Amino acid sequence: MTAPRYRSRLHQAARERRLETHPLTGWLRDDGECLGLDDYLAKDGYGVVRQVLGRQDPDDVIETLKAANVRGRGGGGFSAGVKWSLTLKGADMPRGYLVCNADEMEPGTFKDRLLLEQVPHLLLEGMILGGYANDAFYGYIFLRGEYVAAARALSRAIEEARAAGWLGRDIAGSGFDFDIALHTGAGRYICGEETALINSLEGRRANPRAKPPFPGQSGAWGRPTVVNNVETLCNVPAVLRFGADWYQGLSGARSDDGGTKLYGVSGRVHRPGLWELPMGTPAGELLDRAGGLRDGRALKAWLPGGGSTGFLLPEHLDLALDFDTIGQAGSRLGTGILALVADDQSLVALVRNLEAFFARESCGWCTPCRDGLPWAAELLRALERGDGRPGDIERLEALAADQGPGKTFCAHAPGAAMPLASAIRCFREEFERGIAAPGKEAR
Amino acid sequence: MREHLQPLASDGDGFVLDLADRRAIERERAHYAQPQAACIEALKIVQRRHGWVPDGAIIAIADTLGIGPAEVEGVATFYSLIFRRPVGRHVILLCDSSSCFLGGHEAVRDALSRQLGLDFGETTADGRFTLLPVCCLGACDGAPALMIDDDTYGPVATEDVMELLERYP
Repeated sequence: MTAPRYRSRLHQAARERRLETHPLTGWLRDDGECLGLDDYLAKDGYGVVRQVLGRQDPDDVIETLKAANVRGRGGGGFSAGVKWSLTLKGADMPRGYLVCNADEMEPGTFKDRLLLEQVPHLLLEGMILGGYANDAFYGYIFLRGEYVAAARALSRAIEEARAAGWLGRDIAGSGFDFDIALHTGAGRYICGEETALINSLEGRRANPRAKPPFPGQSGAWGRPTVVNNVETLCNVPAVLRFGADWYQGLSGARSDDGGTKLYGVSGRVHRPGLWELPMGTPAGELLDRAGGLRDGRALKAWLPGGGSTGFLLPEHLDLALDFDTIGQAGSRLGTGILALVADDQSLVALVRNLEAFFARESCGWCTPCRDGLPWAAELLRALERGDGRPGDIERLEALAADQGPGKTFCAHAPGAAMPLASAIRCFREEFERGIAAPGKEAR
Repeated sequence: MREHLQPLASDGDGFVLDLADRRAIERERAHYAQPQAACIEALKIVQRRHGWVPDGAIIAIADTLGIGPAEVEGVATFYSLIFRRPVGRHVILLCDSSSCFLGGHEAVRDALSRQLGLDFGETTADGRFTLLPVCCLGACDGAPALMIDDDTYGPVATEDVMELLERYP
């Protein structure tokens, strides 16, 4: 047997993907190779840079983003236009930075890799436009160290763009100067948290920073710094090319969140992979596209968008996958990449895996996270062995509550609490089966 | 700059920063407002040549960037892909996050452990392989996934493991 080299699986052929309907994957080649500068230009790539820079007021660019309701695709769902409007800028402010968060490490998430490896110029174009709107003079792509192919693609794209005058001084004769550097990381999930990311970019330990001040006020080296996810930035050129109404129309009646979403499915399904679909596509449609579960299994539960989102049930498959709908169901859309759990898979074991992950990846800065997460993982290991004690489940619930929003320095522990609390809520009897009979405790 | 560090930079444990590496670090430094920002990349540059980061390299990097060795050491020990101990010629990063868990990574881990006689964090006696867990590799549609050096594989079946290892002498 031969283990295959990993390749992203986008299950939509090029003939199905047009830029007017698929603003992200409409650019992609069918063979999965990286789109070079010539091919990008042939499809009017960087056309929006020419159209906007020096010709549109930066504030108008931000208004278009707001009207389109581009919500942050890194998982937070915050309006990109509103974020940009809060960046400090003006004649009395130093020009700042635009940082692309390409530190994709959320368990179960594999969407940004596709865009980084196969259409790096789209990201660069989005960053140039973001730099212009936010009056930034320099951009960084914070890329996780393991994304080796993406690093190659981005380095080459940056060189190509610079040589062709799309980066550097006086871009396209607009008078606007902006350049981009690639920064590759060295591991640690916490680097994806935007203030920890800024510390890491500055060459420090990736502990998060207190907010306020928000990065848009004071970020990297004390300058205003905007941090946006890869997929968010890749949406920007199309929004400015075709307009806010067009973007809203992509999702139409399905969702108030505009545009498309790069959705995905992992788990024991026939066709795991990625699809670019209108925002608000129901989860069940994704499960169908993935061909359903293998081995005749039934669906037991699913995570809508990464390890830090809450579990949902088969009855939730009709829900529109957008930020508000999934939030109202008690979870979070997160990254919109579904992980499916089959009915023969243990929720206790899966939650143990998740909490052990979050415990390992805690930066150690604040107590509920540093001490609470290993404790939760330990209790879950005992329940998994059938060696739990009466009160362990209540202890886990208390730990999850103590890690809730507002009780920790950043969103790491609250993220860890979501799958834990929701799994106990939905599958309590499975956890109860892990409690040892009286007198049989090994601990 | 920093005269007091000069003797240590060449003493340390006999570590001498390669001239090409020093130049590469200085080029990286130009990308940032302050030199400290280049220290993660500097550690990676040293590691690419030596496989890991010895004590002397911490001092040499601090000296090159004009920052304190404690700053560099603090960073080196924080990041999981910077190795402060010798590792094998090939480093295996096995994804142990949730989608690979659902895809059966524990069976692959057991097969690797059996084949190599290793637990996570250990190196084979012949110095060929080090086995480490890694954060979700973003290859969940190819779960279970792993990396060997710069190469990503997935889905990996337990029966693939032996042949896969043979590609890395």
